[in-house]
Amino acid sequence: MRKQPSKTAPPVSARQEYFLRAHHRHHHRITLGRSLLLLLFLGLWETASAFGWIDSFFFSSPSGIVRYLCQMLADHSFFDHTGITLFETIASFFLVTVLSLFAATLLWYQNSLSEILEPYLVVLNALPKSALAPLLIVWLGTGSNTIIVAGISVALFGSIISLYTGFCQVDPEMCKLIYTLGGSRKDALTKVILPSSIPLILSSMKVNIGLSLVGVIIGEFLAARRGLGYLIIYGSQVFQLNMVITSIIILCVIAMIFYKLIQSAEHFYRKKY
Amino acid sequence: MQPILSLRDVSYSYHNLKGETPALSHINLQISEGSFTAVVGPSGCGKSTLLSIISGLLAPEDGEILYRGLSSKDYCADSALRIGYMLQKDHLFEWRTVYQNVILGMELTHSLTKENIDYVLKLLTDYGLYSFKDKKPSELSGGMRQRAALIRTMAIHPDLLLLDEPFSALDFQTRLSVSADIASIIRKTGKTALLITHDLSEAITLADRVIVLSKRPAAVKCEMAVLYEISREDPLAIRSTAAYQKYFNQLWEVLADEKTTI
Repeated sequence: MRKQPSKTAPPVSARQEYFLRAHHRHHHRITLGRSLLLLLFLGLWETASAFGWIDSFFFSSPSGIVRYLCQMLADHSFFDHTGITLFETIASFFLVTVLSLFAATLLWYQNSLSEILEPYLVVLNALPKSALAPLLIVWLGTGSNTIIVAGISVALFGSIISLYTGFCQVDPEMCKLIYTLGGSRKDALTKVILPSSIPLILSSMKVNIGLSLVGVIIGEFLAARRGLGYLIIYGSQVFQLNMVITSIIILCVIAMIFYKLIQSAEHFYRKKY
Repeated sequence: MQPILSLRDVSYSYHNLKGETPALSHINLQISEGSFTAVVGPSGCGKSTLLSIISGLLAPEDGEILYRGLSSKDYCADSALRIGYMLQKDHLFEWRTVYQNVILGMELTHSLTKENIDYVLKLLTDYGLYSFKDKKPSELSGGMRQRAALIRTMAIHPDLLLLDEPFSALDFQTRLSVSADIASIIRKTGKTALLITHDLSEAITLADRVIVLSKRPAAVKCEMAVLYEISREDPLAIRSTAAYQKYFNQLWEVLADEKTTI
């Protein structure tokens, strides 16, 4: 009998049930493997430093990191340093996203402008941005402004190039459709180019958030008195390796949270369309 | 009666650094109101260029186009001939629902009035798409997508419909029924249509006049009136008549002649 009286439980064949179970088992195994790998790594690290196989002064240890983290939380320096890095990263990420969208749109709109600017964009994108940092310090001083600009400079040009390339790859026939229906180039932009580029925009945001974080940390290395980048540099100078490694781990967690946020935005978009 | 569209000595060439590629050469053509004309010709002969010029997306290099006797300079926007253009692919946008897709033209011309919306809803109902209006285009079959594309074109009340091989993306079976379906919709509404196709059978089943273009640069090679004693509704019945065979052979000879002269 394939039909079942209750509506809440749709009929599931034995094979389907077997498939579902195998699918879940596979997922559990992957999660288990990931957690085991992390635990194994932490355990090995802790043991190695406890038995003196590695020098915990240089390599720190998970327990040392937890102790240092508790100390940071107790004297509120955790929120101070993490907060300022978060703020600078989010600000530069936001500005990169807005500016690159605006610039790519302008380039698409004005063909000759994009031809004029192309070599400059390529050079600016290839330029190592850390080379700009001393200049930025001279121009803008030390502080959040410099660091946000450093974050922008790392991500901006690549983002403009990839968005503009994506805009140009949209099927020209779709734009032709807009023109045959009496639309203008502006309509082609708002009705075709931008909506069809949303997946591209989201994936470029994924790249931008990482690059903004890189730029902000470089900036903090050179021109900050607060922030995780500052802690890393300062910690290495005073041989406080617990401080350095704890900051790096906080950075890992921040990067992961950002990645997950954009991934869920992507997921939301895919579910909607 | 004044023809709805006439082309006088229209020529067009494509230019690039390697040289000039003439696409159309001295095309003379008249389309009368309410007619269904098919244009056939060897592939790559410039058929699509012809439609782009008629629709105003490209300006002819030489010659002139008259819409109801007026050149494009003479008429003002109000009296302008509305031209609906159906492209080879339906290009329904995946980020819009079927309904949002079909009102695209009205959105672009800022004519989303109650009256126009009712008209679109009526078209959706007539063509059996009403229950699909909030679905995504990818959930429709090939034939339904083509009908949705036709509604999108019809929604702007075109006086002249240009069809650029609109059935070429469909499989053979769907193509037969969808082309007959769409042709009968166009006939019922009394619209003037100009169909471009490379399928000779399609041309003589659907149109009441066939224009043969020569190889590039395209010029009008011959014109043929197509008349049947039976109704156009059933494409298979038409295809089994003696008249169909006669027209097909005539066209085939004209085009075969064209090929041997290459």
